[in-house]
Amino acid sequence: MGLLYGLIAVGLALIFGLMDVTNFAHGEFLMIAMYLSFFLFAFFAIDPLLSAPLVAAAMFVFGAVVYLLVVRFAMRAKANAGMVQIFTTFGLAILMRGLAQFFFTPDYRSIPQSWAGGKTVSVAGIFLPEPQLIGAAVSIAAFAGLYFFIHRTDFGRALEATREDPGAVALVGIDKNRVFAFGWGLGAALVGLAGAIMAVFFYIYPDVGASFALIAYVTVALGGFGSVFGAFAGGIIVGLVEATTALLLPPSLKSVGIYAVYLLVVFIRPRGLFGSM
Amino acid sequence: MDKTFTARRRRDLIIAAALAGLAALAPLFIKDVYVQNIMILTLMYAALSQSWNILSGYCGQISLGHALYFGIGAYTTELLFTKFGVLPWFGMLAGGMIAAIIAMGLGYPFFRLRGHYFVIATIVIAEIGLLLFQNWEWAGAAMGITVPVRGDSWLKFQFMRSKLPYFYFALVLCSLAWFVTWWLEDSKWGFWWRAVKDNPEAAESLGVVVFNSKMGAAAVSAFLVAVGGAFYAQFLAYIDPESVMGFQFSLLMALPAVLGGIGTLWGPVLGAVILIPMTELTRSYIGGSGRGVDLIVYGALIVAISLALPQGLVSLFSRSKAKGATR
Repeated sequence: MGLLYGLIAVGLALIFGLMDVTNFAHGEFLMIAMYLSFFLFAFFAIDPLLSAPLVAAAMFVFGAVVYLLVVRFAMRAKANAGMVQIFTTFGLAILMRGLAQFFFTPDYRSIPQSWAGGKTVSVAGIFLPEPQLIGAAVSIAAFAGLYFFIHRTDFGRALEATREDPGAVALVGIDKNRVFAFGWGLGAALVGLAGAIMAVFFYIYPDVGASFALIAYVTVALGGFGSVFGAFAGGIIVGLVEATTALLLPPSLKSVGIYAVYLLVVFIRPRGLFGSM
Repeated sequence: MDKTFTARRRRDLIIAAALAGLAALAPLFIKDVYVQNIMILTLMYAALSQSWNILSGYCGQISLGHALYFGIGAYTTELLFTKFGVLPWFGMLAGGMIAAIIAMGLGYPFFRLRGHYFVIATIVIAEIGLLLFQNWEWAGAAMGITVPVRGDSWLKFQFMRSKLPYFYFALVLCSLAWFVTWWLEDSKWGFWWRAVKDNPEAAESLGVVVFNSKMGAAAVSAFLVAVGGAFYAQFLAYIDPESVMGFQFSLLMALPAVLGGIGTLWGPVLGAVILIPMTELTRSYIGGSGRGVDLIVYGALIVAISLALPQGLVSLFSRSKAKGATR
């Protein structure tokens, strides 16, 4: 679970680290990805684990389009820039939730039988549900891929450079909007991957994103804004803390542990664990 | 600056008094209970948003956890009333005081945080409060508290037969929040806040006591929001953690100020007057189908307004001032 939180959070961290915009619609991106894999399963009987790359690709396009159509303009605001971005992405979130309710109805859906669903694997005497294990593996692979991508390829360097100094980058001939749209696409693709995997073992309904969004922000902030590695580490910590509190407190209070750890960490290190000062 | 500033302030006060007077007369002509209900909610959200604006708009410490103080006001009042028979008026004051104390207590660690870390910390603390109340059996847990009916009286702040007393209380609350903002705008604190918002380091170096002025803003803001919470609880006669402390509420409180113009005197009022009736009308006319059309309209509108008018609707009235502010 922690690795999945990490995967959701990495997408958010990428968008944030890239251009200082918090995407308050991140949870809704997740929700759409879950619906996508649901419908791929319902109409074409494609197993969510197989359709994950497809969903990720679709989400990539979606993220880039959202950036070009909406977010691009929010970033132009000179006054109250922070608030404009918060409320633009928040408005988007409400809009997407409304659209989901309109087209998909508020009913809870689930994917009844996927290839891995319901199976368990015994690892050293501990029974682990298979979908979660696959999710963990995919998360690690995606994270490694992203890390490689950002640090080893030209486009990754362009992303980093644009983040550091958008003005100078323009002089070198890099189109800021293209880079940012790509970044949004990538962030959305990562959350799309997470959504496809989670569709196997979570109910799907229009508000499902909201329950993960706050944990995703906490995860990113815990690791430190601007650090992709931090977000991944934050995800693992959040997963562990959640599991530990679930043992100590009633299940309805399990998120309290996560929040408490966040507060504790930022009081000691106001920039998160791996955040740049 | 001095002459025009004082002149503007005097003009603002006169306009506000005139508007409050007009609003007070409105129920003479508007007898429809549904419309009265919307007017009460509008006034309440204007008051809440104005209070939120003190900390988040003027002082620049964006809080998305003000639902915590709202919930504290509501719960203090109702717990005191149902468990100990304490009159809501005292509960209201107690709730306001507790909220102010908690706001200052949280200020110690929170005001060290900057930007998104601060915003997330406020969301998180409100969420912790929500979860604790949902699991607190004595306070009704997730079921909430139903306020027992004790008949119409100002003493018990309960009215069954007519909504008008609630209307007038909401009007008083709204006027109070406006007046406090107006008064603080020209006070030492008001100037400090603007300095803290623009550039904390520079303010500090000029001798502004950054920390104390943030604390002051937090306390005033939390107190007023908690009084609003107490009002809401009496008005609905039923509270549960999700409906008074949910994250949605923190946003609902912030939205009018953001749409109207954050950090301005008239922004919250203007925002509430436009936003709340619209919300209520879309909810009752097209939201009934349960298909989320109201959410679509609402969401699209928020996006449109924040993109088209980043400084809020107030900027429409003062073009020149708005331009000066962007520089």
